[in-house]
Amino acid sequence: MMNDIGLLRMIKEKAGWIRTETLNIHKNAPETRLASSLSAVEIFAVLYYGGILSYNAKDIRWDKRDRFIISKGHGSISLYPVLADLGFFQKEEIQKVCKQGSFLGGIPDASIPGYETINGSLGHGVGVACGISLALQKRNKQESVFVLMGDGELYEGSVWEAFMFAGEHKLENLNVIVDSNKASMLGYCRDIIDFDPLGKKLNSFRWKVFNVDGHDIAKLFDTLTKMKKTRKGNPKILIADTVKGKGVPRLENDPLSHIKSLTPEEVDSIIERFFG
Amino acid sequence: MDKEKKAMRDVFIERIYERMLTDKNVFFLTADFGSPVLDKLRDDFKDRFINVGIAEQNLVNIAAGLATEGFCVYAYAIAPFLTMRAFEQIRNNLSLLSRAHKLNVNLIGVGAGLSYDLSGPSHHSVEDICIMRALPYIDVISPSDWVLAEKIFDYTAENKRPKYLRFDGKPLPAIYDCNSLIDFRKGFVELAEGDSVCLVSTGYMTHTALKVIEELKKEGLKAGLIDLYFLKPFSKLSLSQKLSKYKYLITIEEGFINKGGLDSLISTLIESEELDIKLKRIGFDDMYVFDVGSREYLHGKYGLDYGHIVNLVKDIKII
Repeated sequence: MMNDIGLLRMIKEKAGWIRTETLNIHKNAPETRLASSLSAVEIFAVLYYGGILSYNAKDIRWDKRDRFIISKGHGSISLYPVLADLGFFQKEEIQKVCKQGSFLGGIPDASIPGYETINGSLGHGVGVACGISLALQKRNKQESVFVLMGDGELYEGSVWEAFMFAGEHKLENLNVIVDSNKASMLGYCRDIIDFDPLGKKLNSFRWKVFNVDGHDIAKLFDTLTKMKKTRKGNPKILIADTVKGKGVPRLENDPLSHIKSLTPEEVDSIIERFFG
Repeated sequence: MDKEKKAMRDVFIERIYERMLTDKNVFFLTADFGSPVLDKLRDDFKDRFINVGIAEQNLVNIAAGLATEGFCVYAYAIAPFLTMRAFEQIRNNLSLLSRAHKLNVNLIGVGAGLSYDLSGPSHHSVEDICIMRALPYIDVISPSDWVLAEKIFDYTAENKRPKYLRFDGKPLPAIYDCNSLIDFRKGFVELAEGDSVCLVSTGYMTHTALKVIEELKKEGLKAGLIDLYFLKPFSKLSLSQKLSKYKYLITIEEGFINKGGLDSLISTLIESEELDIKLKRIGFDDMYVFDVGSREYLHGKYGLDYGHIVNLVKDIKII
């Protein structure tokens, strides 16, 4: 159980700050996918500020880093402020997202320090991560591989090819986090093709399944810590129950939140009301 | 010259096997596709041979992941399935990802053109040159015989970039001498010098083109022949110098024409180098082959046989 009150408070503060920064990025660059990026805020906060991930901002290909594969690239704009804060790149760059000449686009690519692979098109991350996990195992390395994917990505067949592979090859260093915000672009997943029971499906594919409230920092911290340590011959997956557009009431209950942009005035009023 | 027929994949896998004996950095992945020679490899390297199953998308993704960690990977599958089922994986996780990582992934596509003649159009590979040429940062290699396939191996092992190897599915006789020196930076070999007409071929069709040359010789006609085995990259300067002396070129490929294949490569070269050359294209023009029949029969029916090409050269009547 998480009993470091100081750490918990710090991560909570960081999560609030990330949410504000993400809104500010969106204010400057309304092309960015806001709702998808807001559901993953606490996950990023715990991974980076909770010390779950091992990284080195000054040596981005440091051999001892945990490999973190962002498969839902569009929904990781909230990672930009974290990477800037930790020194992966200059903080001023955050002002330039989607602006001409910036290296920070609306959907991140692998040339951005802190990103390992190409994303944008969905369903690629888990397969590539399987190859990385396999490589680390063959070299007897202890580093972990983390993947953040959206639940909408589960519709891609290549994801299930990778799920089968990881179970068969006992990739116990592989940790997948599903940001289960339950909506893709055109509505709620349950109305498209219902995944339920997702945990049972993955379990039958020989994955160790964890569940957590994806906005509860203490529980996320405990679960991710446990998941990373667990190495019993199975790949691991965390189904993080999240809310798409978390923190913005207008987006939270909108099945079409994926494509919604806020006006600059709306962003200001939300920041003032909820995070001011 | 070795007249014995051999399959490109067999000699190439032999070389991979030899390399794996001493180089622990080499992985072999297959999408449930075999070869008699592969049996030895899968028995002796159980830790670095993986059959990912009939899953070409995952084949490429696993290969990309291994390569980001520095492994040299050979990924083996039937050519049309590898290049088309997994095209976006190749584009995103090999071509695009090359921007951030040095990826030594060697995609081995077996069954170029109509190699799998009787299996029908799903197994024919007539698009691969066009679509693989479209991807930046990936080499496209199309050897015409097993000697070239064998000689190219060291290049594939040493050069840390993604590559697509287009191998014929059938055992074919050698064109090249095992002792000949091949300059891979040029990307082509001039197999015959001609007067005013030159054939430019790749892969299996170089065997047909050689027959054309022989046949023309019998009638006192002299046509040139270029075997372009590196469709990407190749030396534009060397090739345009070789071609500039001709008045007519005939490209011969077992694939689509007018869609970005060998013919398009040559027509672009003619234009960019401002060469005064007329071009004829042999291949499949916006059509699939549904007929059941041998490769020879199908080539005859659609104008890819040597007799048809001989007549075409004679029709030009300028030699």
